[in-house]
Amino acid sequence: MLAVQTTPTWYLVLAAVVFAIGAVGVLIRRNPIIMFMCVELMLNAVNLSFVALSKALDDIAGQTVVFFVLVVAAAEVVVGLGIVVALLRRQPGATADDVATMKG
Amino acid sequence: MLLASEAVASPFPLLTALVLLPLVGACVVAALPRRRPEITRLVGLLFTVGTGALSIYLLAKFRAGEAGYQFESKHEWIPSWGAGWHVGIDGISLFMVVLSGILFPLALVAVKPHHNEKAYYAWLLVLEAGVIGSFVSLDLLLFFLFFEVVLVPMYFLIGGWGYDKRIYAATKFFVFTVAGSALMLVAMVATAALYNKEYGRYTFDLVELTTGGSLPYRSARLLFLAFAVAFAVKVPLVPFHTWLPDAHTQAPTAGSVILAGVMLKLGTYGLIRFGIELFPEASHHYRHGLMVLAVIGIIYGAICATMQTDLKRLVAYSSVAHLGFIVLGTFALTTTSGNGAVLQMVNHGVSTGALFLMVGMIYERRHTRQISELTGLQKVAPIFAGAFTLVMLSSIGVPGLNGFVGEFLILLGSFRTARWYVVVATVGVILAALYLLWAYQCVFHGEPDEANKTFPELKLSEGLVLLPFAVLIVVCGIYPKPMLDRIEPSMTRILQRVEAEVPNFVNPDSADATEGEGH
Amino acid sequence: MLQMVWLIPALPLLGFVLLLLVGPRLGEPNSGRLATLMAASSFGVTVAMFFALLNREPEEREYVKTLFTWIPAGNLTVDFGFLADPLSITMALFVTGIGTLIHLYAIGYMHGDPKFSKFFLYLNLFVFSMLMLVLGSNMLVTFLGWEGVGTCSYFLISFWHTRDSAATAGKKAFVTNRVGDWGFMVAMFFTFQALGNLDYLHLKENAHSLSNTTAAAIALFLFIGAAGKSAQLPLYIWLPDAMEGPTPVSALIHAATMVTAGVFLMTRAASVLHVVPEIGTVIAIVGALTALFAATVAVAQNDIKKVLAYSTISQLGYMFLAVGSGAYVAAIFHMVTHAFFKALMFLGSGSVIHGMHNEQDMRRMGMLRKLMPVTAITFIIGWLAIAGVPPFSGFWSKDEILLGAWGKSPVLWAVGLVTALLTAYYMTRQVIMVFFGDARWESHAEEHGAHGDFKPHESPWIMLAPLVVLAGLAAVGGGLNLPFTHGTKLLEQWLEPVVGEFEHHSSVTAGGKFGLAIAATVASLIGIAVAYSIYEKKRRPAIEPEILARGWRYDEVISSFMGGPGRKLFEVTALADAKVVDGLVNKIGNDTQDIGNIIRKIQTGYVRQYAAGIGIGAVLLLVWFVSRGVL
Repeated sequence: MLAVQTTPTWYLVLAAVVFAIGAVGVLIRRNPIIMFMCVELMLNAVNLSFVALSKALDDIAGQTVVFFVLVVAAAEVVVGLGIVVALLRRQPGATADDVATMKG
Repeated sequence: MLLASEAVASPFPLLTALVLLPLVGACVVAALPRRRPEITRLVGLLFTVGTGALSIYLLAKFRAGEAGYQFESKHEWIPSWGAGWHVGIDGISLFMVVLSGILFPLALVAVKPHHNEKAYYAWLLVLEAGVIGSFVSLDLLLFFLFFEVVLVPMYFLIGGWGYDKRIYAATKFFVFTVAGSALMLVAMVATAALYNKEYGRYTFDLVELTTGGSLPYRSARLLFLAFAVAFAVKVPLVPFHTWLPDAHTQAPTAGSVILAGVMLKLGTYGLIRFGIELFPEASHHYRHGLMVLAVIGIIYGAICATMQTDLKRLVAYSSVAHLGFIVLGTFALTTTSGNGAVLQMVNHGVSTGALFLMVGMIYERRHTRQISELTGLQKVAPIFAGAFTLVMLSSIGVPGLNGFVGEFLILLGSFRTARWYVVVATVGVILAALYLLWAYQCVFHGEPDEANKTFPELKLSEGLVLLPFAVLIVVCGIYPKPMLDRIEPSMTRILQRVEAEVPNFVNPDSADATEGEGH
Repeated sequence: MLQMVWLIPALPLLGFVLLLLVGPRLGEPNSGRLATLMAASSFGVTVAMFFALLNREPEEREYVKTLFTWIPAGNLTVDFGFLADPLSITMALFVTGIGTLIHLYAIGYMHGDPKFSKFFLYLNLFVFSMLMLVLGSNMLVTFLGWEGVGTCSYFLISFWHTRDSAATAGKKAFVTNRVGDWGFMVAMFFTFQALGNLDYLHLKENAHSLSNTTAAAIALFLFIGAAGKSAQLPLYIWLPDAMEGPTPVSALIHAATMVTAGVFLMTRAASVLHVVPEIGTVIAIVGALTALFAATVAVAQNDIKKVLAYSTISQLGYMFLAVGSGAYVAAIFHMVTHAFFKALMFLGSGSVIHGMHNEQDMRRMGMLRKLMPVTAITFIIGWLAIAGVPPFSGFWSKDEILLGAWGKSPVLWAVGLVTALLTAYYMTRQVIMVFFGDARWESHAEEHGAHGDFKPHESPWIMLAPLVVLAGLAAVGGGLNLPFTHGTKLLEQWLEPVVGEFEHHSSVTAGGKFGLAIAATVASLIGIAVAYSIYEKKRRPAIEPEILARGWRYDEVISSFMGGPGRKLFEVTALADAKVVDGLVNKIGNDTQDIGNIIRKIQTGYVRQYAAGIGIGAVLLLVWFVSRGVL
């Protein structure tokens, strides 16, 4: 039985990997829905690091912030999806770059 | 201090109600159906008249002869910053509130918007709440809040219901004022911070700031300058005045009336309340600078008015000149001139408000404000011309009418501390006659041409709107004593602060004897 | 009894209010009757006040009635009060008296005018204002009346406002008067600063405590005000133009009452002038110059009213000559007699204009005495009075002024004498051109429309009655102040409490006085004789140089200055406001926009570019922190 001691480092590394995946996704994908999902990935990576550090440092504040992030993320999704739906309804198959036409 | 203010606090928070009533009205109007403009008008009218009635009640209940704040009410808002809902009025703000209370219903009833009535009335009501709020605030942050709130409805009124260049005018108005108030906000925060540094607690409360102790002169002077710039834009003093003619010309009639009648007074009122009262030493230190600007404004505004071809622009420039008198009287730092300045604020509101109303009526009839396109109106509409004459004479400052009393007190009082400014400023009285009579001759005298032959006479409804103005013009001119009795104690109190802070300054009106001879 | 003094101005005010409310409904002639009744009852009250005052001891003839406090501010308190003393009641007497007569006259003169009731509304308002002016107990109440009469004068000059010249003349009068008002206001500021009070009685008692500079400033600025209202050099330009108004207005406002307000004001300020006699000299010089100047202009005018207008300016100059010489009684005396005969002549000229169907050019008149006998006879009495022929009223008052001027300086006296000669000359010229000589109107008859048989006619009795009354007064008015013994100097005794202590009493002997009177009479007779030989006998060509007809071009120069460089200055200022001040504002706005247009190119709108920017920025920050060793 290989007993591996899970230290906070494990979680932080995982969070960094997930964050990187998300970041790269936002940068290289053009489908707005996918971009959204990638943003969610990044947010949750941050949440993960918060929780991990909170446990390690024995400080409840980190977990409190997570709730804030969750709420903000939810709100962001609501607004963002609304925009995306409106966009796709107008122009099926639109990509994020097509929104550039909205600049004044 | 707290105890004292609680002792005099009236059981019913009149001032809070005065601010909230129009705000509630705005919400109600906004909730009404869009298709029934006459209902929105009625509701709007109801709320402004209610506010007006409340302000008159306030006037009746106000105890004359007392210098301090009355009807105070104070609640916590952001305790850690020392900002609160602190409202109260003294003899100076009293008349500003009453003026707003009277002008709003009249402006509202006089003009009907041509489209989107609901939004129009809602914005007017928000404007009224903002204006009254500014006049009753005794807390710097609260004042700032209302001062900024005022801009938004005005912006939309000019932009939404104005004339052809309305967007340009509205933006100019907004940017100008906001630029000034940005400075003011910084100064307010700095005031609280410096006060904290000196006395160990944060407060934005005007009463605490003025009674608690003074700030170091060097920083107080800088702060005063920041405030002064904000108010100078609002007044407006030359060279910050160019937004005014544009805003006035492009604003709908009611907007012009309110703008000239009440909103410009925010600047002059602010100079007294947050200039002299808050920074007495700095006000005294910089008084010459402000008086020079004021005198320049008097002459310059009048000269520019003479050369205008648009009636509304002419009246707007005349406001620049009149407001110059007010600033002169304020910074001459005598009770007499200060009383005159406050009186002049009211009088200017009444007469210029009426002038704008009548110019609006001319526009409604002829769809032009160009002086050159109007002629001979006195022949076709003698009653209209008569009413215009009365208002014009009041604006020129003919004794027996309201315009004279304020102007005279300003000049007479200022003469004792600023003789040569007054000698020059009095020339403005000649110029006032020049531009108004010139415009009158072009518009009303002569033989009417084809386009002006069918100019309709003053309607009964219009006459009824103008009647209160006429009554105020005559009554304030002949019997201003009740007003002066209420203004004077507060003015004296504010000037006493200057005397206390500036060792070699004496308010000539507080000295018993005359100064005697030889200077 | 004296506490009813407020009724004197209140009655015309009541008339004004009534006419304002129901004037058009009353129509013609009832609105005129109402106005006349108000003026007449005001006169009645004034007479009662006069006797009430007469019943008091001379030194107690001062009564102040305060109605209410008008303006209390700081340590200024101005009461809305009236001062009844010999001076103010004298003024009020002739203002209401002559005012009533002119109201009566105007009922006839304004017959058929569509704005009949409005005319009387203004007229009553004017009488009210004028009474406020003379009865005010302090300078500010006087100023109320002062501006009030100016405003009414504006209304009445531009009464026929569809005529451009009338509208312009009204405006000119108001603005020029305002220049004078500026002086009055500054004088009040000086007075208040020095004495802390604007009351006349206070001023009179404390004037001696004024320093020389303050007193000089007060007197000088007051005189600027007086020069504006009383049409003295250099502010006289509005009065000739004011003849655009209806003739009763010219008679009432621009001859008898309003224009004398300046003389009244300076008499009120006699106590101040007493402190600084130098300013008195200035006033006397300005007065003498104005008198001479206006008289020279009058000799070449052809408009019947213009002659009288310049004559009025000249006579007002006389009054200021008297004031400046310290001969206050003479000034008031001449003011009263002048009011009689000049009102008479204006009304007479109105009657002529009326009879000639609105013709004002004297070159088209002549021989009217046949057709308008009453007008002619009364006008001739007025002429004798103004020319200074004994025993008519003008002789006595003019003589008093010349006596006072002699006491000041023989040079001033000489100027006065020359003016007297010119006055007699141009008035004779006028009388001959209008009432004698050839009937020149016949040859111009066709110009008066298709009437064919154009014939001047005498005016109705309602216009003639005031003429007759005024002619009587002009003839015997000198009886007010006959110089023979102290007992016959009624006016001097009456005014003693007001100006007595400031009056400059001449030291000329009785013989000297007689000599001066002879000189004045001879001057008048020479003037009359010369004019007679030129205009009636046609022995010499007329002396009417162009430069005099155009008033020494003074008005033209002022007008072209105002219309030229003055206007340019205004235009440049307005242009600078639009281009420089506002231009700067707009430039800041535009520049901000331009900068924004450049910077906003960075904002491509591609979300992934932004994200990349954020990422790169984050990495760079990280690198920076690490390299600084923070992390």
